[in-house]
Amino acid sequence: MAIFRARRVLWRSFSTISSHPLRVCIVGSGPAGFYTAEKILKTHQGSQVDIIDRLPTPYGLVRSGVAPDHPETKNVINQFSRVAQNGRCSFFGNVALGSSISLVELQELYHVVVLAYGAESDRVVGIPGEDLKGVHSAREFVWWYNGHPDGRNLDPDLKNTDTAVILGQGNVALDVARILLRPTSELAITDIASHALTALEQSSIRKVYLVGRRGPVQAACTAKELREVLGIKDLYIHIKETDLKITPADEEEMKNSRIHRRIYELLSKAATAGPSQPSSGQRELHFVFFRQPDRFLESYDKKGYVSGVHLEKTGLKGIGSGKQIAIGTGQFENLSCGIVLKSIGYKSVPVDDLPFDNQKGVVPNVKGRVLSDNSGDPTSFENGLYVCGWLKRGPTGIIATNLYCAEETVASLSEDLELGVLASTTRLPKLGRDGLLQILDNRNVRVVPFSAWEKIDKEEKRLGSLRNKPREKLTSREELLKVAGSE
Amino acid sequence: MLTSRLSRVGFRIVNELSRGGYRCMSRTRFRQGHCGQCQRSPVELLSETRAFFQGAIFQKHHYFSTLGSNNTSGGGDEQKETISVTFVSKDGEEIPIRVPIGTSMLEAAHQNDIELEGACEGSLACSTCHVIVMDMEHYNKLEEPSDEENDMLDLAFGLTETSRLGCQIIARPELDGIRLAIPAATRNFAVDGYVAKPH
Repeated sequence: MAIFRARRVLWRSFSTISSHPLRVCIVGSGPAGFYTAEKILKTHQGSQVDIIDRLPTPYGLVRSGVAPDHPETKNVINQFSRVAQNGRCSFFGNVALGSSISLVELQELYHVVVLAYGAESDRVVGIPGEDLKGVHSAREFVWWYNGHPDGRNLDPDLKNTDTAVILGQGNVALDVARILLRPTSELAITDIASHALTALEQSSIRKVYLVGRRGPVQAACTAKELREVLGIKDLYIHIKETDLKITPADEEEMKNSRIHRRIYELLSKAATAGPSQPSSGQRELHFVFFRQPDRFLESYDKKGYVSGVHLEKTGLKGIGSGKQIAIGTGQFENLSCGIVLKSIGYKSVPVDDLPFDNQKGVVPNVKGRVLSDNSGDPTSFENGLYVCGWLKRGPTGIIATNLYCAEETVASLSEDLELGVLASTTRLPKLGRDGLLQILDNRNVRVVPFSAWEKIDKEEKRLGSLRNKPREKLTSREELLKVAGSE
Repeated sequence: MLTSRLSRVGFRIVNELSRGGYRCMSRTRFRQGHCGQCQRSPVELLSETRAFFQGAIFQKHHYFSTLGSNNTSGGGDEQKETISVTFVSKDGEEIPIRVPIGTSMLEAAHQNDIELEGACEGSLACSTCHVIVMDMEHYNKLEEPSDEENDMLDLAFGLTETSRLGCQIIARPELDGIRLAIPAATRNFAVDGYVAKPH
């Protein structure tokens, strides 16, 4: 009894004395996964953390989401590399939850499983014509220009039209607009995927519309990205001055939010600065406010292809707590275009044996502890199962948001360990890494450890140096696995 | 194993004291952090060794210069002028350090093993090195933040009237004695005003 008590007291700092080292598996190697790994390694000495990812390459959206012309945002990869290189941490790429290994199997191999696999699907608009050719999700378009293996066959047609419509005005929408409008000479020296650079060099798109269903005060983008897109060389910016009229409710919103105040100021300045008409041949960016899509229009000559968006004018209605939503007014207009990019939000994908809230698109949880079901019973938790990142909070925030998210999840885990909530599992040894690799080997899964990613990294940088780019991404699984397996 | 750990800790404390103790205060974190030290990567240990070494040099010059006139006039090329900066960690712990003129607060924090995140490594592409200047007098002595810094401050968690990015505060003589608080993570940490459901 005295020994047990002494063990509890020493648990946190001297956990190597406890019977079995804590074995943790984190599913997903983006910011949520890596910040969680870092925190666990630091807080629990003797713990062993394995990070798996379905791609051969790590880093999640830092590699496949952050725009090619934002290299500084990717500096955090250096910090994540150091975590992966920690002796108690291992990265295993090309291991997919579901097909390579099941959740139940992971829970047998590890004391703790943390799901941090993000959101790889999209919110749908839910209107007629959504499956017309030329209507794409912005997520897929971003995967395409960032060289994600699942995005390389998107093959968007940028040559049939001079106009693109983007639904949404968040940072992803701005990224997409910027990539479509930026002089390709500037893109040529970034790590943009080559197939995308070629397509953009041949693109006939000269006009981009960013369509939001609410006003400039509610725009979801942030200042750095807005400032950047407004500053593109030789770009005509159009914002209707009447859209800039603000109501007392708008003023209240701005009073409470520094971000929205500064965004509104930037948009106001942009509306009045600059010429009132574009010069001939000049590229154009139009901010369209108070319009929501009613249906996508089909082309007469090209059946099955999109030719425009039928938009409904909206007004704002307060719904309490300072929030305003868009309400249709029954007035409509058409906006012609040859390509539509929907940038209205990502959505997580459920897996077998995992409780999932389909409405919110997240795993039901309390501070990162996975709840057994959706019933809302806040006391029934899945033992040893935690969640972090977009899968936990929904697809919002920035890279740094995951830092705090990981802190919260790891605090819950630490508390559970300290209070003996996980005692039934932690009192037994777990096979962890060795068990996982054995099963994967039996199934002929080609695991890509961190050292193999380093080979891919080196090769991409080498190929990049031949073209004055920081790296030339390998965009097919075959190429990636070939280099990973090379000497 | 327990006794060997304690003896290792004891050895380090004795080591610190023998250096004249100027870094003793920064080592008050030993009670919490000493195990973390055991697990650090070679790169981190190297930078800490470098910081110790720099400290030892400073110690030596400080001793000599007290014989003559004040610090600012003395010293060869090796002794860079420094100012005193106190970091206050998330747990309220005070960590006084000396920062060479021209060094940013983020670099200084990392050189002294202070837990200040720097995801974008000082390139104004994140807000993780957010610090709160603890008195108005020093805050007013800082140059106005650029648009770029303000854009990043928009996204900082727990933003206050005297918040700045640590990578943009560069040590100058006028800032001697500045105190910087590292903000604690807040519950409501989403960028878009999402409010956590009460439970």
